[in-house]
Amino acid sequence: MIEIEGLVKTFGYFPVLRGVDLHVERGQFLAFLGPNGSGKTTMLRILQGLAKPTAGRVMIGGWEIPRETFAIRQQLGVVSHLPLLYDALTAEENLLFFARLYDLPASERGNRVHSILQQVGLEKRAKDVVQTFSRGMVQRLAIARALLHDPAILLLDEPYTGLDVDAAALLDHLLTEVAGVKDGIRTVIMTTHDLGRAYQHATHIGILSRGKIGYYGPTSAMTADELPRIYAETVGMVTTA
Amino acid sequence: MSATTTTSETTTPAAKPRRLRTPYFQVVASLAWKDLRAEARGRELVNAMLLFSVMAVLIFSFALELDRQAQEATVGGVLWVTIAFAGTLGLGRSLAAEKDKGSLDALLLAPVERSALFYGKMIGNFLFTLAVGFLLVFLLTVLFNVNLFRPVLWLIIVLGCLGFATTGTLVSSMSVHARAREMLLPILLLPVILPIIISATRASTALLTELKTEDWLPWLQLLGMVDFVFLLAGFFLFDFIVEE
Repeated sequence: MIEIEGLVKTFGYFPVLRGVDLHVERGQFLAFLGPNGSGKTTMLRILQGLAKPTAGRVMIGGWEIPRETFAIRQQLGVVSHLPLLYDALTAEENLLFFARLYDLPASERGNRVHSILQQVGLEKRAKDVVQTFSRGMVQRLAIARALLHDPAILLLDEPYTGLDVDAAALLDHLLTEVAGVKDGIRTVIMTTHDLGRAYQHATHIGILSRGKIGYYGPTSAMTADELPRIYAETVGMVTTA
Repeated sequence: MSATTTTSETTTPAAKPRRLRTPYFQVVASLAWKDLRAEARGRELVNAMLLFSVMAVLIFSFALELDRQAQEATVGGVLWVTIAFAGTLGLGRSLAAEKDKGSLDALLLAPVERSALFYGKMIGNFLFTLAVGFLLVFLLTVLFNVNLFRPVLWLIIVLGCLGFATTGTLVSSMSVHARAREMLLPILLLPVILPIIISATRASTALLTELKTEDWLPWLQLLGMVDFVFLLAGFFLFDFIVEE
């Protein structure tokens, strides 16, 4: 589904990604861990087609970035720590706007928007402007926006940032129940600093360190308690535990 | 601790999308509608631009105590200086708001031609600048006692605002990624809009001082040409500007 070979990205003379190789199967949930500046977000931005690779080859669903980005963008849903929504528009207006951008058929837009708002529990707030929403509600709407066009691939860029305990638990629920991330319906790549949640959701763990993949393996090959140690060894941290 | 370097076998494309790209005019219209809808509700941009224009014109009218002939000769300049500064104020917020909430990324992620995003944003900026231009016609007519209600002047205002919004959208999409974007935008924008401001001011002044058609028409034609060049430049350049 996603293939990356020899991916290099530099900003000026500063290398952020220094030869990343990766293969993600359809239906796999890959959690990307790594310290700040390790290149997680840059890699996601390349997968989103928002940044061009300096060198290397990136294929998504058989299409190559950046040559075939239009086909790839139809397949991508993105949830970030930023809302990617418009404060001054209502929840419904936001989703209708993105439904038009993703060319959902006019006859289906209303039903699709209504149905997805219901799934994320915002149907009663459909006519309210987003600036009246709590951070948790905004994140629920962001998930609705990301799933609106039923993408095959979901990219989650630190989606838990800024969420309180309840909102984070609700996001867990939505990712599992609405986005179907554990059913193999979608291929998911999530960057996070939350090792517990990475282990809880992912089928595979990747650890980026200094622009390279320092560790990659299935969660089934480790226990939840082992992950912090693996992480610390990979990124070269000294653990106090 | 093994770095994985799994090589690919064959890959099958994911499920076929509806259409590879969303129709061009659907994108332009949706984005313009979104900007107008958001502005109609929040009125952040237009209120700031209109208030700035009122204050600027009041300052000009009290600072320049002129006789009738001098008023006719200066009112065109006052009009375009005010449009340029009030417009810059609005442009700064227009794309910065998209950037701050990440919605610019959301637009760039959609399967749309990026030049369509440019024209969609430009239409919103154009209409907001035009609102300022029309308000100024009323204000300057009252405060400078010069009749600005002339069809050709309205045409000059439409063309001048179109050129300003086109150039401004292009330049503000460059400066929006910079840390000191509020300072950078006027520094980058003002030299680029000089041909627009000069031709619009010259055409307006020639018209208002009752000069002959051949005195203002070349400036109007120049304004139209500059608009066309920048409209075309947006089509070709916007994709490169927003790319990292």
